[in-house]
Amino acid sequence: MSDRKTLQVRQISGHSGTPPGFDTQRDAEVCKLIDTTICIGCKACEVACVEWNDMPFSPTTFDNTYQTMPATRWNFWNLIKFNEHQREDGTIQWLMRKDQCMHCADPGCLRACPADGAIVQYTNGIVDFQQENCIGCEFCVSGCPYDIPKFNPATKKVYKCTLCSDRVGASLEPACIKACPTGCLKFGTKDDMKFIAEERSKQLRDNFGFKDAGVYDPQSIGGTHVIYVLHDAENPERYGGLTKNPVIPWSYTVWKWLFKPVLGAFAMFGLLGVLLHYITVGPRVPQPEPPLKPQPPKKEGSDVQRS
Amino acid sequence: MSSVVERFDDKARDAFDRIGQNEIHVGELQRHRVYTRFLHWMVALFFFLALFSGFGIYLPWLFRWFTPIFGGGPMARALHPWFGLGFVTFFGLQTLNWIAPMKWTPADTRWMRNLKNTVGGNEKMEPPDTGFFNGGQKAQFWEIVAGSVIYLITGIILWAGARTFGRWAVAVSYVLHDISAIVMLGGIFIHIYLSTIGEPGTFQAMIRGAVSEAWAWTFHPAWYKEVTGRDPAQACEEARQHGRFEGR
Repeated sequence: MSDRKTLQVRQISGHSGTPPGFDTQRDAEVCKLIDTTICIGCKACEVACVEWNDMPFSPTTFDNTYQTMPATRWNFWNLIKFNEHQREDGTIQWLMRKDQCMHCADPGCLRACPADGAIVQYTNGIVDFQQENCIGCEFCVSGCPYDIPKFNPATKKVYKCTLCSDRVGASLEPACIKACPTGCLKFGTKDDMKFIAEERSKQLRDNFGFKDAGVYDPQSIGGTHVIYVLHDAENPERYGGLTKNPVIPWSYTVWKWLFKPVLGAFAMFGLLGVLLHYITVGPRVPQPEPPLKPQPPKKEGSDVQRS
Repeated sequence: MSSVVERFDDKARDAFDRIGQNEIHVGELQRHRVYTRFLHWMVALFFFLALFSGFGIYLPWLFRWFTPIFGGGPMARALHPWFGLGFVTFFGLQTLNWIAPMKWTPADTRWMRNLKNTVGGNEKMEPPDTGFFNGGQKAQFWEIVAGSVIYLITGIILWAGARTFGRWAVAVSYVLHDISAIVMLGGIFIHIYLSTIGEPGTFQAMIRGAVSEAWAWTFHPAWYKEVTGRDPAQACEEARQHGRFEGR
C-alpha cells in the first residue's frame, strides 16, 4: 500500500463495487534520453551522479583526451566516453556518449543472476541491484551486453547505475538530468522520449546533413530505458564501443530456464530409479545366498522330541 | 613419470598404514588400504560440500534452503570454489593411487555389454574375468576424472569471471560446469546405492578395508583368484556344500 498515491480513493459511501479508477494507476515506463549531438562533454552528469549517490572519491586518469577514466567503476556509474572520429573529408568530429546502465527491457544481468532477489526490474523499466541479496558471483557481468555491472572486491558486491530509482520513486528526475546544462539529457516516459528522439533525428537528417542520424533503442533486447540520439546510428560502435546488436548469451535463456530444471528432475529420477530397482529387482548378495530363515539344526530325532 | 607416481603412492600407502588400521576378520580379505579409504572419504566430504553449496546457485528457486547451511548466499558462493578445489585435489591423488587398477581391459568391454543382465538381476555372480574393479566402477571412475577436469577448468573461469575471461567464456563454462554436476549427481546415486543396500557387504570395504571371501568371489572373481590362488567357482561351490553363508 505504501507505494500507492496517498489520495487515491479506496471506498465511496453508498457505492457498490470498487470506486471508479481503483487499481488503475498508470505505470508509465520511464526513459532517459541522451542526445549525443548536444553533449558538450562538461561532465556535470558525472559529478552529479557521484554526489547524489554519495560515492567515495575515485582517482581519474589522464590519457591526452577529455575522458575522465577508461571505463566505469563500481563507484563511478556515469562516464562520458570521449571519441575523436575522423570523417571521410578529413575533418574531426567529437563523439561524446554518456556511458551508464541501459536499463534493458530484457536485462541480461537479471537473466544471468542466480541470487534470490539480487536484481529487480520495476514496472517502470528501472533495473536495480539489491546489494544485500547479491552473492558476488559476477554472473551479471557475463550477462550484460554493455559491460556495466562492476564488482567491488572489498564488499564482494556488484554495483551499477540505478537510474536514481530513489529520486524517480519520489517523482524527481535522475541526478544527471538535473545537472545537465545543455538539455542534452531528458527524462520522461518512454513514449515521450522516443517521440522527441525521433523528431530530433529527423531534424538532424533534414536540416543538418547527418543523413544517418537516428535513435539507439536496440530491439534485440526488447529496447532500453536509456536511449540515444546519434549522428550516425549505423555505426554506434564509434561512440566508445556502443554495441550495435546487444545479445544475452543463449545459455542464460535455453540452459537456465529450460534445461536446468528438466535435467535436475532427471537427476532426481535417478534416485527414484535406484529405489525402484531395490523394490523390483532387489539387492545382489554374495553367493551362496544366505537362506531367508535360519535352518533348524539337522539332528536326527528332533521332530520326534518336539511332537 | 609413472615410476615417480608409483613411488609417491607407495610411500603414502605405507605412511597411512602406520597411522590407521585395517580390521580384517577370519574369512575376510583386505580390499582397500588406509590411504585409499582416507582419500575416498575426503573426496566424498568435499564432493558433498561442493554439491550442497552449489545447489543454491544451480536452482535458487528450488534449493535456496541449502544456502543458510553455509552461512548464507555470499558465504556459500565464497566457499563453493574452495570445496571444489578440495574435491579436485583429493580426487587427483586418488586418480594417481588408482590409475593402475582402473586401466580399461577387454573384460570391461564385455562387462559393459552384459550390463542389462547385471541390472536386471539375472546374474547372481559377476563374470569370472572381473578383476579388482569391474567395468561399471571403471566407467564411474573415468567419468569423475573427466568431470573433475571440466570442473577445474570451467570452475576457474567462473571463479575469475567475465572480467578476466570474457562473458562468452563464462556463459559456456557455466553450462559445462552444470552438465558435469548433473552427471556426477546421477552417478553418486548409483554409487551409494550399490555400495550400501544394492550389494550388501560392500560398505565395510571403505570402513574397515575388508570384505568377506564370499563377497570377493561373487563380485570380483578374478581378483579373488589373484589374492587367494583358489578358483572362485569352486570356492563358492564348496561354501554351498558346507553351508557356510558368510555373505552378510
